[in-house]
Amino acid sequence: MDILKKLKASDLKGRGGGNFSVALKWELAKKAKNKEKYVICNASEGEPNVFKDKYILDNYLSEVINGINIAVDFIKAKDSYIYLNKNYKLRGNTGKCIIFKKTSGYIGGEETAIVESIEGKRAEPRFKPPFLTDRGLFNCPTIMNNVETFYYVSKIDKGQYNKTRFYSINGDVLNEGVYELPINMSMFDVLKQTGNYPDFDFFVQVGGGASGEIMLPQELKKPAFGAGSITIYNREKTDIYALMEKWAEFFHTGNCDKCAPCREGAFRIYEMIKKRDINYEVLDDIFLNLKKSSFCALGKSIPIPFESLIKKVK
Amino acid sequence: MKIKINNKNFECKKGEVILDVALRNGIKIPAICRHTDLEPQNSCRLCLVEIKGRGLQTSCSTKVENGMEILTESPEIKKLRKINLELLFAQHIEQCSTCNWSYKCKLLELAREYNIKITKFDDRKKNFPTYQFGPSVIFDSSKCIDCKNCIAMCKKQGVGFLDNKEKNGFFCTLPGEKKECVYCGQCITHCPSGAFEEVSSIKEVEKVLLKGNVIFQFAPAIRSSIGEEFGLPYGSITTGKLVTALKKLGAKKVFDVSFSADITTIEEGWELIERLSENKNLPMFTSCCPSWVRYVEVYKPELIKHLTSVRSPHIILGGLIKQSEDNSIVVSIMPCVSKKYEITREELKIDGVSPVDYVLTTRELGRMIRKNKINFNQLEESELDYPYGEATGAGVIYGVTGGVMESALRTVYEKMTGKRLKDINLRVVRGFKGIKEAEIKIGKRKVRVAVINGLGNVENFDYKKYDYVEVMACPGGCIGGGGQPIPINNDIRKKRAESLYNIDKKKKIRLAHESPFVEKAYKECLKNKKIIHKICHTTYGNNKNK
Repeated sequence: MDILKKLKASDLKGRGGGNFSVALKWELAKKAKNKEKYVICNASEGEPNVFKDKYILDNYLSEVINGINIAVDFIKAKDSYIYLNKNYKLRGNTGKCIIFKKTSGYIGGEETAIVESIEGKRAEPRFKPPFLTDRGLFNCPTIMNNVETFYYVSKIDKGQYNKTRFYSINGDVLNEGVYELPINMSMFDVLKQTGNYPDFDFFVQVGGGASGEIMLPQELKKPAFGAGSITIYNREKTDIYALMEKWAEFFHTGNCDKCAPCREGAFRIYEMIKKRDINYEVLDDIFLNLKKSSFCALGKSIPIPFESLIKKVK
Repeated sequence: MKIKINNKNFECKKGEVILDVALRNGIKIPAICRHTDLEPQNSCRLCLVEIKGRGLQTSCSTKVENGMEILTESPEIKKLRKINLELLFAQHIEQCSTCNWSYKCKLLELAREYNIKITKFDDRKKNFPTYQFGPSVIFDSSKCIDCKNCIAMCKKQGVGFLDNKEKNGFFCTLPGEKKECVYCGQCITHCPSGAFEEVSSIKEVEKVLLKGNVIFQFAPAIRSSIGEEFGLPYGSITTGKLVTALKKLGAKKVFDVSFSADITTIEEGWELIERLSENKNLPMFTSCCPSWVRYVEVYKPELIKHLTSVRSPHIILGGLIKQSEDNSIVVSIMPCVSKKYEITREELKIDGVSPVDYVLTTRELGRMIRKNKINFNQLEESELDYPYGEATGAGVIYGVTGGVMESALRTVYEKMTGKRLKDINLRVVRGFKGIKEAEIKIGKRKVRVAVINGLGNVENFDYKKYDYVEVMACPGGCIGGGGQPIPINNDIRKKRAESLYNIDKKKKIRLAHESPFVEKAYKECLKNKKIIHKICHTTYGNNKNK
């Protein structure tokens, strides 16, 4: 069975947070007509409280490289790149893979911004369409997947995929760490199994330490989503304004400032929260515009943590 | 193909964006950061429309697809635009009374239309600094709405002086440290929020006007653009009214720089003939665009020896005026901010005296006329003053890309062959292509010429293939200059250019060397080589770091 059939059978979805079908992405890049094609492994992992890609790179680098090489073979790519978080180090053989150290902040993790960055431009998202599978790096069809995705590509190729994923578990927990567990396991079970289910009142942030959604204990029957992180907050001990301020500062300083709602909106959110002088009407207006009118997915996701925290915890 | 906008069918072409189809058909969509010279910035987010099946998309960057159904208005779109406008105003210090856009400001118009409170947020940029680039350009960063058009345009010009830099958690538009500005002023004409403008000389000119000895001279491109400052259609020709307006402002005399463009043509023609006969320092490059000269001096010094030694037309006329009119102050009205820099060049002084004392842009002149409550559109037409009267058609088309080349070739052909060109309309060098090439047989010699329209086309230009090359920094030439009325886009450039070609077409005298005024000037002022050299020629390379 060729890799595409295996990927289809596995139903593997991208593990960077986008949840896009890997088979479909690869098929599009394969079908795109062009002499040169590229493969990029996104190892930028720029969100707080997410560290599973680092864990995979530290422990299973050869699997990741194997996954990348499978993609290179599949589309006959000219080159492959690892777009690497500047604080990460690769220990081991990376073959022909070109290592590109990320220089920018949070926005540098957006796929089109990565392409711009490798091309030597400012890390700023591109207008889509065209999509990367059609015109990506140097305007050539490009497959870009996250570290974890390539790891599982390798596993699928070897027939060793058991529908698991990597969870970054952290916050007010006893056993902080990265755990490989079934993708459909409820968060409740994930926390129980890893000995991290709190015995105090808490809430969690799921899918990313900044853009992730806030969930309450009774909502943990669902599996985790996004980048697969679960961060526990002690409800009594957490200053939610300080938490929001941390997120707001992260978005304000980490975004690319390309579009008005994100550049100015993220700053105004930060200002209001920092001063603990929040006009909720204005805040709602800015959230609306971020969701509906900002340029890229990062801007669109900014309201998620704030809105869910305000609704469920405040 | 066909698309539906607001339930009505419209024809459109593949590759067009929704915004263009809508605007063409009179459907209003607000778009602040969009400039048709540049790729969409996707910054202001005001042009959002609702596409059936695809949700909200920016119409400036979304290409049409057959059968697309689009809504340009809805309560949700209105609300989003309103909030984004408020956020844009949150980063813009309003200085409407002195702004380049003032009464034409699209931001202010939208603020009224969407009924927003422009002071809803405190101005986060109130302490942002103002930068000055040479004697030409001012950048007030407190007015900048971060659309990045200036950066894109500066890059398109092949300069890359303006850049994005991180500052206090923001990426801001700031001057680069490693590059030098060449003062083309295209940042000014591509800025939607008036953050860029010329270094104004209005105050100084107002002061000297009180003395009664001010002589105004105006560039070829002004006659087809100044009317726009008073709401006249793009490209309106208003030469006579312009003379009257300048007289009303207190000019002692008014001259037309097109007249001295004819002298530039003749001098440059002689120089070309000489270089062709000696095969020396070819190609010869034109030098009447000071931004191009500065670009050569800063970025391509190896080309200095290729620049013609002939001074730009207004410098020549200034020199002539200073010879004949005692104690006069010469003020040039120019479509250009770089000319403000040019007049500071030391080597242009004649016996220690600058040929031109002040330069006002077309926009500044518009502002002065308005300030003096002169009703421009109602003005009578006046004649130019003597002895430097009416120009030839060749002198007028100097204002548009290819014009210097066309004028020079008309004259050079005749000087080299003794015969007139069969058709003096040299259409091959006209139009807005970035690089225009032609080969003209003059006698036995094939003269290979090129016209560079827009400084950015210089970078990968193989100049060695040519004998004579015209370079204008601004797209379209001076009619699209950094000192011209805004807005400027290709449609507007086209109209301004057509007007200049129409003037040329109607002129009885269309060749520089046939001008009786030029002949008189050579007889009476430019009597010998020494004087000609002093008034009409110069050197380069001394001004690198100014």
